[in-house]
Amino acid sequence: MEPIINVEYITIFSSELYKIVFILVPVLVSVALVVWLDRRIWGAVQKRKGPNVVGPFGLLQTVADALKYIFKEIIIPASSDKAIFILAPVVTMTLALVAWAVIPFSNELVLADINVGILYLFAVSSLGVYGIIMGGWASNSKYPFLGAIRSAAQMVSYEVSLGIIIINVLLCVGSLNLKDIVNAQQDLWYVIPLFPMFVVFFISALAETNRPPFDLPEAEAELVSGYQTEYSGMMYAMFWLGEYANILLMCAMGSILFLGGWLPPLDVYPINIIPAPIWMILKILFLFFLFALVKAIVPRYRYDQLMRLGWKIFLPFSLFYLVLTASFLFYFDKLPTKLF
Amino acid sequence: MLAHTFFFYFFSIISVGSALMVITSRNTVHAVFFLILDFISIGCLFIMIGAEFLGMIMLIVYVGAVAVLFLFVVMMLNVAEQKQSWFRGREKSAHIPVGLIVSIIILAEVLVVVGGWKYKSNFIKTEMLAVDGNLTNTHMLGNVLYTQYIHLFQVAGVILLLAMIGAIVLTYTKRQGVKTQSYFTQLSREKKTSIKLVEVDSNKGVKIDG
Repeated sequence: MEPIINVEYITIFSSELYKIVFILVPVLVSVALVVWLDRRIWGAVQKRKGPNVVGPFGLLQTVADALKYIFKEIIIPASSDKAIFILAPVVTMTLALVAWAVIPFSNELVLADINVGILYLFAVSSLGVYGIIMGGWASNSKYPFLGAIRSAAQMVSYEVSLGIIIINVLLCVGSLNLKDIVNAQQDLWYVIPLFPMFVVFFISALAETNRPPFDLPEAEAELVSGYQTEYSGMMYAMFWLGEYANILLMCAMGSILFLGGWLPPLDVYPINIIPAPIWMILKILFLFFLFALVKAIVPRYRYDQLMRLGWKIFLPFSLFYLVLTASFLFYFDKLPTKLF
Repeated sequence: MLAHTFFFYFFSIISVGSALMVITSRNTVHAVFFLILDFISIGCLFIMIGAEFLGMIMLIVYVGAVAVLFLFVVMMLNVAEQKQSWFRGREKSAHIPVGLIVSIIILAEVLVVVGGWKYKSNFIKTEMLAVDGNLTNTHMLGNVLYTQYIHLFQVAGVILLLAMIGAIVLTYTKRQGVKTQSYFTQLSREKKTSIKLVEVDSNKGVKIDG
């Protein structure tokens, strides 16, 4: 007779539980640091100092901000749909954090090594639009609603080209597992053969995370601050944390797909003794640096130009490059027939 | 085993419950959110039986794209609060008989199809199928889809393409008198052609675009 409670399952569960904490806490801390970094880079580009008062170099600025948000009153508009209004920031935050489960930081250091890792990441990032739509609709107010509609259209449009870019990489790898994708780049990072796709990926990631120059959902000149207008206190902070966690996630995705994940740039002595997770973090930070630079130096797009870029330029171009990659791999007999 | 059973019932109760809520909730937007919850829990059920690829595609296609469009339509049409809540109020709706007829027809069709279903005599049980443990779900699906069912697969693609073209043709109207920006002329503008210095005599003014 089978035991009612499988002891093995409980041990697996408890041994996995601390891993979840060990991945969530660093992500949250790095989100706080990254917000500070973003503001510092932004300031440096504009010849300002940026936050430099709280803590050493202003490192604790985000903590101070978060404390302020916690002690502020949460105001729920009377005419709002209360359940969905409260659920929206929770959804944003949860989805931004839940995706980190599959991100590999080295060959061993991964929480869930699943077969369809990249599809999981793509699915979670495509679910991210719901936090915004829910927040915008539930506020029952014009500007949040307009912001939500804009954002939904924008994210759905750029997801299409993002999907095709991912297919480009998958064609070269032959597996949906994130570890396999990184290990396939042992000889050559995909940023070199697929450089145009890397550029398109980077711009699509900007649009997907509603970062400037594509921050139309919260264009303050037109829409107050878009879907976040009615939010205050901790709920606003959750939107904000979720947004930055999503940006970091996109950077991680970019470094896995194109920059060889945890692999060192050259497999020679002084470089390859640096542990793998450090490389992964350095690459994420490099991509984030680019994100922050773009925020500081590029003006906001007009909405019709944004849509045109997504549908009329990126989609045909990435489809064309897909055909090119497939034909190249087929002609030179480089198709990955080895099954992982 | 217990955990597996627990999660199975957890997801199936959520999916059935949210499917019920889709048709009974008074607020149409809530109905769409319940539909999304339904899709997600069905995706989780797919993953539980080991069909991880299908589960993820379910999330990407249905939740990430189709349901967003549903939400768009429902929100834009502003039909959020349903006037006819037939199951609560006393008002009678004209839609109920039509809906009933359609669902009865579908039920009859399903009955005919399932009733006429015959298993082959050499029917293989699923656990006896030869499954290569080294292959992932995705690889196995691809092996079947691109060899045995390639024609059906391509026909499905053509049907989708037709639907896309049809939708574009139906909704495309050339509007008159709309000013659109020509990117080519915009980008080929230069300082010489767009800026002109004009000497203006005093008290006379100057005509622009003359």
